[in-house]
Amino acid sequence: MAGENQTVSEYIVHHLTNLTYGKLPAGYERYDGSIVGDGGAWVMAHGGAEAAAMGFTAIHVDSMAWSIGLGILFSWLFYRVAKKASSGVPSGLTSAVEMIVQFVDNTVRDTFHGRNPLIAPLSLTIFVWIFLMNLMDLVPVDVVPELMMALGVEYHKIVPSTDPNITFGMAIGVLILILYYSIKVKGFGFARELAMNPFNHPLFIPVNLFMEIVGLLAKPFSLALRLFGNMYAGEMIFILIAALFSAGLAWMVPAGLLQIGWAIFHILVITLQAFIFMVLTIVYLSMAHEDH
Amino acid sequence: MNINLTLIGQVIAFFGFVWFCMKFVWPPIIAAMQEREKKIADGLAAADRASHDLELAQEKALERLKEAKHEAAGIVDSANKRASQIVEEAKTAAITEAERVKTAARAEIEQETNRAREALRAQVAALTLAGAEKVLGATIDQDAHADLVNKLAAEL
Repeated sequence: MAGENQTVSEYIVHHLTNLTYGKLPAGYERYDGSIVGDGGAWVMAHGGAEAAAMGFTAIHVDSMAWSIGLGILFSWLFYRVAKKASSGVPSGLTSAVEMIVQFVDNTVRDTFHGRNPLIAPLSLTIFVWIFLMNLMDLVPVDVVPELMMALGVEYHKIVPSTDPNITFGMAIGVLILILYYSIKVKGFGFARELAMNPFNHPLFIPVNLFMEIVGLLAKPFSLALRLFGNMYAGEMIFILIAALFSAGLAWMVPAGLLQIGWAIFHILVITLQAFIFMVLTIVYLSMAHEDH
Repeated sequence: MNINLTLIGQVIAFFGFVWFCMKFVWPPIIAAMQEREKKIADGLAAADRASHDLELAQEKALERLKEAKHEAAGIVDSANKRASQIVEEAKTAAITEAERVKTAARAEIEQETNRAREALRAQVAALTLAGAEKVLGATIDQDAHADLVNKLAAEL
């Protein structure tokens, strides 16, 4: 637990707060009583209230760093294998990477029947990247925040997929691809699909438009919220179990067992969530390619 | 849990990594895997073909072996036949030779006998002549009585 004189709720809130860098509006009174001057100020947020006051002009440094870092890890790892890929006998890392590639390739083949060189690498990136981000959940909840505290960084959340910005960011990426391919493949047919479905009558165009657009937006929304919800809940349970350690020596053993049990179960959850995100992306893009 | 610029950052990062994966990661890996797949398929096909070839070769070898055996048996057979033929020929040759030798010997014997008989006869004639000379007490004229003596000798 962080700090001896911290209450459990403070501990939980601390662990759920992102390291935020952003622009505070002019006239805002900071935690130490100072008033932000004209034109605002770009600062590290101290606590959730300041982060909230920053509004949209802020960035979660920890989420962004871990997300991009893990993305680079994925790219570097797979690029290393790709560079020396040969038709010879694979070994070690190569066979592991090829297993994942094979798995993704099969999934894409099963679901997506068009010809698009983007879908398979997109799926691979989504699957491995999200898996790595989720994997951060298995790092004991106190390790990195405590370490960062020791280094003078106040907040640190290492699981990017518990940050809705990250999950929505990826879902928006998928939405952009859905729109792009819908328009590219169907052209004007896409507009007709939005306007003339499900009621094929000019009078119903507004109703159709409303329903279809809601349906379209529901896709990335559900993608993002499903991943976020699962990972946030999982993280929350890890934190709650970790909070049990503060309840005295008698709780150490059961808390430890709970931690192990939940971690083992979570291995399934993180893989499954990464897989679901990937499969749904393939399905949505497959739908975008299909002309009705 | 605020929505902020992180969202935009993540969208950009998302496209960046997807682009990288599509450009540099996916094609070489999948190409290598497909190539290996093809290699393995070729290898298996070659192995199949080789085993089939082996089977054929074995069959052929067996056939050749049978043929060779058959041929050998034929050769042995004819050799045996020839050997007995040679033996037969030798036998008949030996018999004829023996016959010939026997006939020659017999002829010689006959000749010898005749010669001995002639000599004996001559001697007998001489002896008879001498005896007659003694008996008659006179010398018989050899020339005058040659016919007589010879007749006598021939009668002996």
